[in-house]
Amino acid sequence: MNRFAKSWMSAALSLAIGIAMMLVLPGVLDDYTLIQVTIYAVMSILGVSLGFIWGFGGILCFGQAAFFGLGAYTYAIAVMNMGDSTGPFLLAIAVPALFAMILGYVIFYGRLSDVYMGVITLTVTLILFNLINSTAGPEWKIGSAPLGGFNGIPAIPTLNVPGHPNDVLSPKDLFDLTFVCLLVVYLGLRMLISSKIGRVIIAAKENEQRVLLLGYDARVYKLFSFTLGGAIAGLAGCLFANWGAFTSPTIFGLAQSAQIIIWVIVGGLGTLVGPIVGCVAIQWLTTQIGTQQMFNSNLVLGTILVVFVLLVPRGIVPTLGSLGEWAFGRMRRRKASSTTAAAQAETAPAMAATERAT
Amino acid sequence: MELALVIVIQVLYAVATLFIISAGLAVIFGMMKVINLAHGEFMMLGAYATIGAIRLGLNLWVAMFVVAPIAVGLVGVVLERLVIRRLYGRMVDTMLATWGLSLLLIGIVTSIAGDTTAGVSAPLGSFSIGAYSLSGYIPVVIAVAIALALAIRWVLMRTQLGLIARGTMQNPDMANALGVSPSLVYSVTFAVGAALSGLAGGLLAPITGVVPTMGAAFVAKAFITVIGGGPAILAGLVGASALFGAINQLATFATTPVIGEVALLAAAIVMLRLLPQGITGRFFKGSL
Amino acid sequence: MTPVIETRDLNVHFGGVHATRDVNFKVAEAELRCVIGPNGAGKSTFFKLLTGQVKPTSGQILFRGEDISNMKPHEPGRLGIGIKTQVPSLFNGLSVWENVWLSARSVNTAEQSERITRRTLERVGMTAYRDTTAGLLAHGLRQWVEIGVVIAAEPPLILLDEPAAGMSDAEVARTAELILEINRQHALIVVEHDMNFIRMIAKKVTVLHQGAIIKEDTPDRIMSDPLVQQIYLGKKPH
Repeated sequence: MNRFAKSWMSAALSLAIGIAMMLVLPGVLDDYTLIQVTIYAVMSILGVSLGFIWGFGGILCFGQAAFFGLGAYTYAIAVMNMGDSTGPFLLAIAVPALFAMILGYVIFYGRLSDVYMGVITLTVTLILFNLINSTAGPEWKIGSAPLGGFNGIPAIPTLNVPGHPNDVLSPKDLFDLTFVCLLVVYLGLRMLISSKIGRVIIAAKENEQRVLLLGYDARVYKLFSFTLGGAIAGLAGCLFANWGAFTSPTIFGLAQSAQIIIWVIVGGLGTLVGPIVGCVAIQWLTTQIGTQQMFNSNLVLGTILVVFVLLVPRGIVPTLGSLGEWAFGRMRRRKASSTTAAAQAETAPAMAATERAT
Repeated sequence: MELALVIVIQVLYAVATLFIISAGLAVIFGMMKVINLAHGEFMMLGAYATIGAIRLGLNLWVAMFVVAPIAVGLVGVVLERLVIRRLYGRMVDTMLATWGLSLLLIGIVTSIAGDTTAGVSAPLGSFSIGAYSLSGYIPVVIAVAIALALAIRWVLMRTQLGLIARGTMQNPDMANALGVSPSLVYSVTFAVGAALSGLAGGLLAPITGVVPTMGAAFVAKAFITVIGGGPAILAGLVGASALFGAINQLATFATTPVIGEVALLAAAIVMLRLLPQGITGRFFKGSL
Repeated sequence: MTPVIETRDLNVHFGGVHATRDVNFKVAEAELRCVIGPNGAGKSTFFKLLTGQVKPTSGQILFRGEDISNMKPHEPGRLGIGIKTQVPSLFNGLSVWENVWLSARSVNTAEQSERITRRTLERVGMTAYRDTTAGLLAHGLRQWVEIGVVIAAEPPLILLDEPAAGMSDAEVARTAELILEINRQHALIVVEHDMNFIRMIAKKVTVLHQGAIIKEDTPDRIMSDPLVQQIYLGKKPH
């Protein structure tokens, strides 16, 4: 990460843009487009959850969709049983978090190689998919909520104002809530990254052995990141269930898991804004592809993934950031070269020192 | 008594199936440490190649054992040269790129063949054991698995190719010094792995619905079998297939096929927790 | 006085290899001890035993009287053993300051850590490089950063594995100075190959051969010992 990205300036800038969008968009967009933007925001939260655990924690989870799906299903089942949506909202975050904690414990405390992490998380997602997919019969229900199997759960009650079960959120309210969640998640993660815990998490990704030698139990820190990522993905799942009032087992599928990974890679691994950018770009692209017949969406997404891994491995945001720094640096150097010789003599020893360092 | 025999045969069948679908992946992962997430799609291509060849009038067995492996082997060569070889040593990037390839292949095949289920009926009818009727295809699959295991062993142990491959995997620099081009060895190995996956797909065409997305059902099982097997390619494959295949089939008998799948995957995770290096990381160390 | 670290009848077997044999080893608080031995003598294995990277087959390791023979990998660091491995192991993507800060912060509060990080960088002479990404530094500088990382947590015992490896003569002399300065407040065990370097710093040297201690004495007496000469140079004693 370059210094600009790490500084508070870039965080403030991102936050400002986010708040501005939140305040301005409802005024200029019609309801339909607002609903479209809401889903982009929901998926961005999901993308950020993976971007955090992968880019900062070094945890390559191929099954982040599992926590997303658990959040959606937990909310649906809970709200159908409980009426008021406050409890279900919290459960939708807690259940995936708990699941992540257990899975994380098995993986991190089991001395399993990081590479196997990808395959195991993929497998877990598939297990969930298989299980939920087969629950189509009417005998499969939790309380008064039928699981629906491959049909999914339709007509999910929307979130209501806490304590007033009949005061349901409108599309505009949902837009506001989603944006607030996105900004809170972004700000929260930014602050975490600058804290001691965040620094240890990043260091453990850099060099786990060194972190252990310093006396930090890397396993605990990884477990914490993974659980937090699961909770955030669960939040996204809950919002998703509200957005469409529907959820189905495809949420646990390979396609969904692949999409999240593509967002992060395209947007930029190692940043928080990157996954948001990647998510919006790919979601938009997928909608465009859906409107024409020539290219299959799998084809396009697959090509994008391969091309990015081979040619643009750092993703859009860091690459743009580096280009910006390079351009900025050239401007500065052009200014510097027009100064007096005395000033040039001053910079020479500093450059010599840098040369010795490299 | 007959039930016991039927159960044994079904278990052997499950083990054999698991072995066959994992063999190609075992070669590629075991020899090259490449995690090929397009493995399911190689199988899918093999299935489609088989069906295509049959539509063109070729005999079923020729389509399965000749056309499918060769077709997919060629695809493997092309993909290795274009993509895989640029990512050697970068395990994560390889996983991601092969995942991209898997989507790409699904997209291409969907565009060409549509996404309705194609199929070919299982040959050889059925036979009976007492009151139970079993598909005649079952002994074929079991026989192919055994033949494949023996063939792999023979190639690795007795042929020059196998020796060169094993040596190069252990020490590419030595291979260079001995006049063998490691990149050629990698190409051939990847192609062989792809061909084996194609063969598996062709073999399964009569018993599964052939759709562009059929690979997804196999990739997780194959991976978990290969990783669970451990560093010794053949011994690990046999061991893991036996263990997981048996668990899968027995769980299916006791409950439902879905639970059987779940049991397989769950058992694998438990086993990896206990033996992080896989079966042959602890037992039968140093075998092939 | 309790030794800062002690091993009792320590043994390690790897398959058929008896890598560490009945080692009884003691280092006192604030002592500086060098451990030498030819290739294959078991220096690395011994080092890894003390850092918890290898578990003993039998025997005990005691840190200030406490049995640490079966530690988890992160426990030596937490207990107060600072470790610098043979291959420089830093957080390459982080700056020099951040590397040292992480170590300081593991045992201090945030405010104290700022002060200690600054002071540590001065001690190892790396203040000018505080914002440089660690991965970009030359080898000698990386070794010093790593020494800084180790001492920032003020551990009572510091283990250094070949701290002068790959350094120029000027850098080696500077490293020796640094080690002697650190020794004023911390015990040090230095595993080394370079005899010149050892003579610059050591008062007592332990010689390992085939996993066992064959001699412990001052550098001069070690160098003139015929048995040591034999195992190092193949000279027969006459």
